[in-house]
Amino acid sequence: MPAIDSAQAYARIAGVTKKFGDFAAVDNVSLDIRRGEIFCLLGGSGSGKTTLLRMLAGFETPTSGTIHIDGADMSTTPPYERPVNMMFQSYALFPHMSVERNVAFGLEQEGVSRERAKRQVAEILDMVKMGGFGARKPHQLSGGQRQRVALARALVKKPKLLLLDEPLAALDKKLREHTQFELISIQQRMGVTFIVVTHDQEEAMTLGTRLGVMNQGRIVQVGSPSDIYESPSNRFVADFIGSVNMFEGQVLQGGTDAVRIDCAELRGTVRAERTVACANGATVWTAIRPEKIGISRQQPGGADPAENLVRGTVREIAYMGDMSIYLVQIDSGKMMRVTLPNTMRGRERPIVREESVWLSWHGSSPVVLTE
Amino acid sequence: MRLSRAAGRRWVAGVPTFWLLLLFLIPFLIVFRISFSEVRLAIPPYTPLLTWHHSWWPSIELHGSAYSFLFTDSLYVSSYLYSVKVAAISTLLCLLIGYPMAYAIARSSPSSRSVLLMLIVLPFWTSFLLRVYAWIGLLKNNGVINNVLMYLGVIHHPLVMLQTDFAVYIGIVYSYLPFMILPLYANLEKHDPALLEAAADLGARPFRAFLRVTLPQSLAGIVAGSLLVFIPAVGEYVIPTLLGRTDQLMIGRVLSDEFFENRDWPVASAVAILILLLLVIPIMLFQRMQRRELEAAQ
Repeated sequence: MPAIDSAQAYARIAGVTKKFGDFAAVDNVSLDIRRGEIFCLLGGSGSGKTTLLRMLAGFETPTSGTIHIDGADMSTTPPYERPVNMMFQSYALFPHMSVERNVAFGLEQEGVSRERAKRQVAEILDMVKMGGFGARKPHQLSGGQRQRVALARALVKKPKLLLLDEPLAALDKKLREHTQFELISIQQRMGVTFIVVTHDQEEAMTLGTRLGVMNQGRIVQVGSPSDIYESPSNRFVADFIGSVNMFEGQVLQGGTDAVRIDCAELRGTVRAERTVACANGATVWTAIRPEKIGISRQQPGGADPAENLVRGTVREIAYMGDMSIYLVQIDSGKMMRVTLPNTMRGRERPIVREESVWLSWHGSSPVVLTE
Repeated sequence: MRLSRAAGRRWVAGVPTFWLLLLFLIPFLIVFRISFSEVRLAIPPYTPLLTWHHSWWPSIELHGSAYSFLFTDSLYVSSYLYSVKVAAISTLLCLLIGYPMAYAIARSSPSSRSVLLMLIVLPFWTSFLLRVYAWIGLLKNNGVINNVLMYLGVIHHPLVMLQTDFAVYIGIVYSYLPFMILPLYANLEKHDPALLEAAADLGARPFRAFLRVTLPQSLAGIVAGSLLVFIPAVGEYVIPTLLGRTDQLMIGRVLSDEFFENRDWPVASAVAILILLLLVIPIMLFQRMQRRELEAAQ
């Protein structure tokens, strides 16, 4: 496995904008993709992630901005000359060709000899565990098998970039989880740089070395999965990735490493680590992940009763097996979401609906957001 | 009144079956039977199938003379071959002209697509006969085309276009083009544009992608359109009569002459049966292709 070369951009997207009429589907996006990484573009529908991917493949031309791949300017390069292959969301397998012919198609265009093409096709089909299916037609395959053939077809030319458009969206949940890990292992063996477009945050978190979150044509945050989850840079990212309890508030006083925020909805104060610059009196938002909140019948001792603590009533409990979700209505009327892992079987005297509880969290849990 | 499912199905299948039986199979059997009789001056103008002359048992009278006659006079063989040649070339021309048109319509925006399809169907609103007559006015020696060319000084003597093979090809291609375009359009319109993108992505230039992806997938449409042009073109009567040569007849014209001029019903029937035989092979091909397309769609 080639080490991810973080110093140098392997693919560089610089100030790229794509307009359809007046509408900017991609709005001034700059992004560096590193060699050998799996970069996930994550966003909702209409966020511009697919348009960005199609510009990398050459199916769309940027209205402005440039795309370089391995140092070469791709602005005027048509798709059939780019060192890039794509795995389509619909797989786009040629229905009139056998699996073997589908996979060999790209090699034939390059003028690879029949013998060599045959060997390479056999190798790649073995790698995706489709060795025995070469003679089948796509309509004789299951969804999961088609996905593997599409992957083999896109990988067989060993492209500099492999673009995957919602690669797992058509698979059912069990198969999807299994395939995620297989994709990662294939990527590591082949050493091909992957760019994955997905709307599924779980998929992005599992697959991605790095994530780029997109919203309304812009990249709103780039970082590792844990960066994005634990230190979202704005409200959109905090809300889009995972669940979050968010409160608006005013900065009371700033120390050098802690900040206290007065939140009307909490009828109390949140103390958080100072991670962003914020002036006293400024309006900020604080976001607390549900799994970072404790739930108890008694008021937790030791803590300052006015800080990182709120009283409420359990309104709903959703038992998910591995964990339970509690919806707690706090005194201001707002609903808070708390999750607890079910670490023990048959816990004694579990918290039930309509019980009055205390919610508390550690000072390192809340994230302060200024935008 | 409620019909059970089975009865309903029998009705749905039964009506067209009855229709075909009454209006195709029975007339066909009559023609088939006449083709095995001999001509005579009577009403009807052919020998009866059954005669009671010699015994209590009717004897069946079958004559093969109509068929053997077709192979003794070179007129018939040459008319057959000429008809097949004209139909084949016209089909090829329709394909060459119709394919790009169907492709362009299938790839156009949905709003202009319906307008373009309308334009393809629009000529049917004028009588077929009238449209073929109009070509006489265009093609004849002092017709529109010759007059314009002479006025422009391109030519000094009128081109002889009417009563040539050229005029027949024009007439057939013009009349049957929609029958090529519509099935081709129906096929091409269903193609997934992602497949061409995939081909380009894998390194195929646009023309190669067309040859390797679009063309093979449109084969069923090509066959359907070609048969819809070829089959009626072989038996075409009106176009060659109005626009075509007088020294070389097409088989449809021969057939009509045998019926109406010679009043030789047995020979005319034999000609009809042989046209049918000639067309059965492409018709069967057509059906096989349709069945395969249906299976692929399921």
